[in-house]
This record gives sequence, structure tokens and C-alpha cells, in this order.
Amino acid sequence: MVTRRPPLYEVHEDRGAGFTDFGGWEMPVEFDSIRAEHTAVREAAGIFDVSHMGEIRVEGPDAETLMQRLTTNDIASMDPGDAQYACITDEDGVIHDDTMTYRLPGGDYLFVPNAGHDEEAEQRWVDYRDGHDLDAEVSNETADWAMFAVQGPDAVGLAADAVDALGAPLGEESDDLADLSRFTATRATVAGVDCLVARTGYTGEDGVEILCDAEDAEVVWGAFDCQPCGLGARDTLRMEQGLLLSGQDFHPEENPRTPYEAGVGFTVDLDTEFVGRDALAAQQEAGVDETFIGLTLQERGVARHGYEITHDGETVGEVTSGTMSPTLDEAIALGYLPTELAEDGTEVAVVIRGEEKRAEVTTPPFIDQ
Amino acid sequence: MSFDVPDDRKYLESHEWATTDQPTRIGISDFAQDELGDVVFVELPDEGDTISHDEPFGVVESIKAVSDLYAPVSGEIVAVNEALHDQPELVNEDPYGDGWLLEIEVSDDSEFEELMDADEYEAQIV
Repeated sequence: MVTRRPPLYEVHEDRGAGFTDFGGWEMPVEFDSIRAEHTAVREAAGIFDVSHMGEIRVEGPDAETLMQRLTTNDIASMDPGDAQYACITDEDGVIHDDTMTYRLPGGDYLFVPNAGHDEEAEQRWVDYRDGHDLDAEVSNETADWAMFAVQGPDAVGLAADAVDALGAPLGEESDDLADLSRFTATRATVAGVDCLVARTGYTGEDGVEILCDAEDAEVVWGAFDCQPCGLGARDTLRMEQGLLLSGQDFHPEENPRTPYEAGVGFTVDLDTEFVGRDALAAQQEAGVDETFIGLTLQERGVARHGYEITHDGETVGEVTSGTMSPTLDEAIALGYLPTELAEDGTEVAVVIRGEEKRAEVTTPPFIDQ
Repeated sequence: MSFDVPDDRKYLESHEWATTDQPTRIGISDFAQDELGDVVFVELPDEGDTISHDEPFGVVESIKAVSDLYAPVSGEIVAVNEALHDQPELVNEDPYGDGWLLEIEVSDDSEFEELMDADEYEAQIV
């Protein structure tokens, strides 16, 4: 597999970033230190290059139907400028990826699969369209876009300063980016570059995500004077919030999970028609056997992906993500447990290098906002 | 990026260093601490335990990864850096000084011959 690089690879290299392979992309993992970057986002602001995220455009008369059938949420409820989080499920209701869909100001849909999932998403959309005679154009525009996330309590202010002018739809009623509601997006000019700016993110902090033409990436990146952050801090920030990482907290083959098991039942609208709807309706009726949970370790150690969770000496589950929380200075973890053990305060253990370390079930987010 | 490689000690391929005096101090290199990033936890054996050349003796956990520690030379542990319990970040801040890991009474001096000197180690990490 050919490794893909973000448009600003060299800019990040010159800034001294360390890189990691993630979903087939060579991405900055750390610019200064994960702790420093994490703290900047919790206390002020940081900017992430997330150009490894995919972008698929869906347009045409049946674009809404196609999006509705292949994502779990209610696409029909979206107005131009809306953003919506959803899962992409198969007939069994198993999550293949989670995605943010933007309804562009012009009416087209642009959805954002995770790194390395753009080609399979494109294929899924094309196959479904062709199998159901839908009239829609599906274009994988991943290589054409750069995407940045500016996150933290100061992020919206920084973004408002960086914006020269607002376009549709927010520009029709306001000249201040701070008026952009959560989960909405607007056209805006940043340092002379036409961008899509959305009030979304993956850190639990307020902030924006910005999409621009890959050719203009350096100008837009340079318009933000704040801490550059790598995927390392992105991971610790999302773990403190209990946000899922595709392929790690769920995986269609290695750890098949439905939205209800994975704690994202809010993305499922059973009143819509989508692939996996019937299986999910049945599971909602019956209840889930296993549930996504958070753990805080009560003994020294760090729980990581793949470590066993035990209860009274029996293996009852597995950690899917874990780290030392830079905010709490406590080891935190995410994983799945039988629903009867998923209550807050349940005492379990995580097996770290052959030794059971006491842990307590804690419903994420681990930190208060 | 250049890393500090003091020439008053010797190095194992897996990035641990050992001083050549008796007792011998053991730690990890500047390169290793930078690769690991923020160290959050170091798991070390106890005083009186013995460690063996090129065998794992403990682990260092950073925010992003866990990594085994290998013994540059064999011997009995005479001191453990207790300060790392509350300040694991000393490994990042001062890997050749306050961030040391163990002191051991070396059982076989000839093992030093198998370690790299500073020049050889530096050549490995560039």
C-alpha cells in the first residue's frame, strides 16, 4: 500500500514534527509533546492537521435518498449548513465506520469517513446507488481537500479573527463567526482562501473544523497562531471524552459492534430507512448484552488496546483504548463489558503484563466541561 | 534533530546506557526518551533483585506507548531511583542525570566490552 501524505507534510517536518502511520497516512503524531499539546487545547487552543480524514461528495436528485439509506441518522432533517454525526452500518447493524456529514451551502452532501476508509465508503455508496437505480454522483475528493481542526476554549475567537468574510449561510444573517451554532457549517474566507468552517470537533472542547482546497492549505494553516498538535494529543483528548476511534473501539471484523453497544445510539433514527435498520430495531427492543464503558485504574499502570478486563477472576471484556490522562494524571481506558457490569462504580480489573490492576467503571466523559 | 550522547558511559542497541564505574548506573538515552515522549510511569525491579545482560528488567510507559527496558550489563540491584515514582518525567528532563533508573553491582566486567561507545551509538541513531 502506498503511504499517503497530507499537503503540509514538509511544513510539519520543518516544524520538527514526529510522524506516524495512521490508516495508511503518514501524519504528525507529536510537534512538541503530547502533554503540552493536550494542555494547550484544554486551556487555550491548538490546531491539528486532519487531512487524513476522507471527503466524499454526493450530489444529484437522489443524493438525499442515498445518504439516508447508508447512514443511521436522519439526513432528511438537514438544511444547507448543517453537520450531522452518524454511523455507517451493514445489514446486521454492525458499524463499519462513523462519519460527519456536512450539507454544503449549495445543497450537496460532503461526508467525512475516517482515515483509510474513503475508498471503501466510495465503493459502498456507488454499489448501493447502482443496485437501487438511484440518480446521484459520488466523488471521492479526499486528495483535493485539506482539513484542519482548531480546538480549545480560545479556538472560536481565533477563528473569528482569522476569517475575513462570512459566506452562506451564516453570512446572510451575521458578520461574526461566533454566531455559528454547534453542528453547523458555513462558507468563510480565511486569509483570502474560500473555506468551509464547521463548529465541530473531536476533543470535547469548543472549536471549529476547516476544509479548504489542498492547494491553499499552507495559507490557511498559517492564519492560526496557536499550538500545533499531532495525532497523539488528538487521541488523548478524544479518550478523555469517551469518543470512539474507528477501527480501534469498533472494527467490523475484529470487534464488530452496533451503535447501541458502542454508546452512540443517539446517531440511530429508526424512523428512517437505512441498511441495518431492522437489525438495530430488534436490538433496541431486546437490549444490548455488552456496553461501551470507561474505566479509571485504581492502581499504577496504563491500560492499553487489547488488554483483558476481569471480574472476580473471570475474563469479562477487553480494553479498546487506554492512556494516562494528561488532564487527570490518572490511567483511563475504554472498552466493552457485559451490560450487568456496566454500572458506574463496578469494581473490575485490567490485566497488565500478567497482573490484575484494580479499575472502576466510570461513564465517560472522564472530565467535566 | 541532534541528541545528547555523553562519552563517559556505554550503550546498548536498545538505547539503555550504563556507567563503567562500580556500582554502575543504568538509564535510557536522550534519543530513547525523545522517541517515547512524555514518560508517565516506570516499572522497575526491587533492590536485591538481579538483572541480566540484554534481558528485559522493567518497562517504561509514555502517554503514547509502552516499552521494555533491557539490561546493558548483569548484576545485583543496589539502588532504585525512587524519585521516578512521583516524577517519572525526570526521565525526559534529565535522562543521563536525575532520570537514572537503577544502580547495580556488576557481576561480570567483560560485558562492558559488548556495549557500544558513544561514537558507535551516535552512528546508530542518526
